[in-house]
Amino acid sequence: MTTKSLPLTPKDLASDQEVRWCPGCGDYSILAQMKKALASLDFPREKMVFISGIGCSSRFPYYMNTYGFHTIHGRAPTFATGLKMMRPDLQVWVITGDGDGLSIGGNHLLHAMRRNTDLKIVLFNNEIYGLTKGQYSPTSRIGTRSKSTPTGSIEGPLRPLSIAIASEATFVARTTDVDITHLVTVLQRAAHHKGSAFVEIYQNCVVFNDGVFEYATNKSVKNDNLCYLEHGRPLKFGKDRNKGIRLHGLTPEVVNLGSGISDDDLLIHDEKAEDPTLAFMLSRMVRVPGDEMSFPEVMGVLRAVDHPVHHELVQQQIDEQIKKRGPGDLQALLTGDETWTVT
Amino acid sequence: MTTTLDVPKKEVAVEERDSVTIRLAGDSGDGMQLAGTQLTHTSALLGNDISTFPDFPAEIRAPAGTLAGVSGFQIHFSSSEIHTPGDCLNTLVVMNPAALKTNLKDLELGGILIVDKDSFGTSDLRKAGYKTNPLEDGSLSGYRLFQVPITSLNREAVAELKLSPREADRCKNFFALGLIYWLYERSLEPTLRYIKTKFSKNPSVLEANTRALKAGYNYGETTEAMVVHYRVGKAKLAPGTYRKITGNEAIALGLVAAAHATGLPLLYAGYPITPASDILHQLAEYKRFGIKTLQAEDEIAAIGAAIGASFGGVLGVTGTSGPGICLKSEAIGLAVMTELPLVIIDVQRGGPSTGLPTKTEQADLLQAMYGRNGECPVAVLAPATPGDCFAMTLEAVRLATQYMTPVFLLSDGYLANGAEPWAIPQVDQLPDLHIEHPKEHNAEVDGQPVFHPYKRDAKLARPWVAPGTPGLEHRIGGIEKQDVTGNISYEPANHEYMVRTRAQKIANIANDIPELQVNGPESGELLIVGWGGTHGSLLTATQRLQRKGYSVSHAQFRYLNPMPKNTGDVLKRFKKVLVCELNGGQLRLLLRGHYLVDALGYSKVQGKPFLVSEIEEKAEEILRS
Repeated sequence: MTTKSLPLTPKDLASDQEVRWCPGCGDYSILAQMKKALASLDFPREKMVFISGIGCSSRFPYYMNTYGFHTIHGRAPTFATGLKMMRPDLQVWVITGDGDGLSIGGNHLLHAMRRNTDLKIVLFNNEIYGLTKGQYSPTSRIGTRSKSTPTGSIEGPLRPLSIAIASEATFVARTTDVDITHLVTVLQRAAHHKGSAFVEIYQNCVVFNDGVFEYATNKSVKNDNLCYLEHGRPLKFGKDRNKGIRLHGLTPEVVNLGSGISDDDLLIHDEKAEDPTLAFMLSRMVRVPGDEMSFPEVMGVLRAVDHPVHHELVQQQIDEQIKKRGPGDLQALLTGDETWTVT
Repeated sequence: MTTTLDVPKKEVAVEERDSVTIRLAGDSGDGMQLAGTQLTHTSALLGNDISTFPDFPAEIRAPAGTLAGVSGFQIHFSSSEIHTPGDCLNTLVVMNPAALKTNLKDLELGGILIVDKDSFGTSDLRKAGYKTNPLEDGSLSGYRLFQVPITSLNREAVAELKLSPREADRCKNFFALGLIYWLYERSLEPTLRYIKTKFSKNPSVLEANTRALKAGYNYGETTEAMVVHYRVGKAKLAPGTYRKITGNEAIALGLVAAAHATGLPLLYAGYPITPASDILHQLAEYKRFGIKTLQAEDEIAAIGAAIGASFGGVLGVTGTSGPGICLKSEAIGLAVMTELPLVIIDVQRGGPSTGLPTKTEQADLLQAMYGRNGECPVAVLAPATPGDCFAMTLEAVRLATQYMTPVFLLSDGYLANGAEPWAIPQVDQLPDLHIEHPKEHNAEVDGQPVFHPYKRDAKLARPWVAPGTPGLEHRIGGIEKQDVTGNISYEPANHEYMVRTRAQKIANIANDIPELQVNGPESGELLIVGWGGTHGSLLTATQRLQRKGYSVSHAQFRYLNPMPKNTGDVLKRFKKVLVCELNGGQLRLLLRGHYLVDALGYSKVQGKPFLVSEIEEKAEEILRS
């Protein structure tokens, strides 16, 4: 059969399956923006593969008219790793959630990023288990009341971006489900990155954790709570862009601009920095409700560096061996070094 | 060189032997495995039939001199066809008291016992739990005891090289080996070649090992104590060119051959685990063949990567041992549900849990058959000998790719590390397993071409489409599938239909595999039944019983799910059926369940293979009753 002619439209990427997320779920927006982002790539849909684990977000592949594999809980990066090693021509997306990716599948996420496997990993973070009907997750804030924590959760949350940076991911970014322009841009950047790309999306679970990201999505307050990163630009935020982040020794601090403090005093964002220290610092910033001088939470690309990619290194070793010793001779291999003949 | 070369040759008698079983035993740091491997290699090149049984502790270096640290390598070489590493030792070499204590019981009365006299000091004896010195207390009078000061003679042999005592002692395994080479008329050449290649970058070690080997040989030649040496002639194997092979080697070669035969790239993904790791090591060396390997972060990741490769349209293989299979079971279920080809190698070891990592057992059969949630049938194969691991690996790939199913290959620790002669296959005679992925749609809906990923062929296999194929984009997953379309379906009748269809697909494999072969008469009093790696012991026991005039035959299952079509018929033609297995009776349970046959069982669960005599005795007991 023939390939669908390029460029694709978002509609070309929609499968014939009825989408079955709850009405109002943030996943709908992510699905729509993903189709938009991919349609803009000038890349054939038959070469795109979506691999997911288990959870609400992991139903995603069924709704994309690409190749797709809905696997088992937490393990999507493993299937994706094997696929990408053997089929470097494919663009492989991993769709996961906070429970799937950071609880049951934490190990695989670490190692996929450590290897710099060329995967685009999208983690839908809604800070709750949705498909199992509302238990707290490894990203839930302390005190989260859920079915399994009726008196409030007592465990501190993981920060997905910190995990990604510590795991040596070469592209790390964050966005939200409802900021559609930003979401499309981030997904496009991830698509273009060579190596392990990790994108966290704040995603609203309308049934079990509604409004948990209100501070980051409500237009009237979000600019006070979020800092949009731009490479080479100072870290500024606030509705009136009157706040910034400055380094005080090794510690970041929020400052009000004016009264002697200018853009020149602020930290300049460098997503290409080899040293991940500043990116890690950004990943640790958490908004403190009610605190006038609270850190904002960063949005955009924290880190985007070029490192050797796993499947290329695998192939490079094969090529080197062939160059050095010639292509394998199966008969010689079966025969081995020492034989004897019975007549 | 040592002066012994100049001593005039003594009178030596030569005795012919049909077959000989030798065990080299010492501390796990004494290099017994290496010496044993060299003896095997040399004997194979000499034209003997061979069968070996390496037996080593799980600890890399247990405390020196203790019973826990004893490592042994047993070899049976013969001028006639043999199938087992031998029940009873003709010759035992022990490098310390602990090795004597743990191995003496297997030495025949009157057998040759060579001990390193130097390592029988007070503390050595105490570590092994001896209250008196067995070399002096008369307890070894039933054996032909040769007390050889191996350590000191070896140090003397390498003295000119100015090695530290520690370095010098590292060669004493080769001194002992040299002595055995003299005793059994083996050529030094293959081992000298090995030493030359292995230590080419380290001239002093090369020289030390060479001297040690020669000194051991010369000691045998000159010492007055040894006046007989033994000759074991060439075996009358079928004409052809042979090499020595272990089960793990044969699996690795089988996978490379399968990649060739299918025309598909291969990914082997594993996580280090005894006794399967060698397959990963070996395949990692085969980059020139385009083989890709992944040492995954865990067992689950390994099988995930293999399934991901299969989804990509290439060969995905994972290998492990029992504990790894436990971790992989959910993913195996996914491969069953998504009907992707997958080869799962289980090199079985003693269980449950960590169990006996370096010892053999056959207790994963029911795990392979049933160890998953839901109705989840897979094909299960079990090679019978180290060399058969090659053929059955190709079979596993054939069935996996043609039936779109996971296939278990149940090897075991005994097959994995045991060696035998192997008739080298010709590449142009490998089976043609060529795969063509579908490129075209397979249905029309409203006049439009569509692709239905669960539309089956005559075998009930679904099409294996590789991502990247335009127009055939589709999604698969672990949720129940609607027949034909592969869409998610929770419909009750569809679920039952799909469960039955998946089962029928596996059952259909019975039409595509050889029948169960009976060794001996097609009917009679007793059928000795086994599966996988026990083949040699059961066949040898059967042949001995037949020679004694008993009405006994033997059948070995290499295909366990599905079983060969004639299984029920074969079982019914014998008055009694004895199922012998290295587990609590797992095949027996299956045979009784499937064929309503009142099969008797003989189980051994000691981490060791069957002795021929054990089977013989059990069968005679049944035949006489």
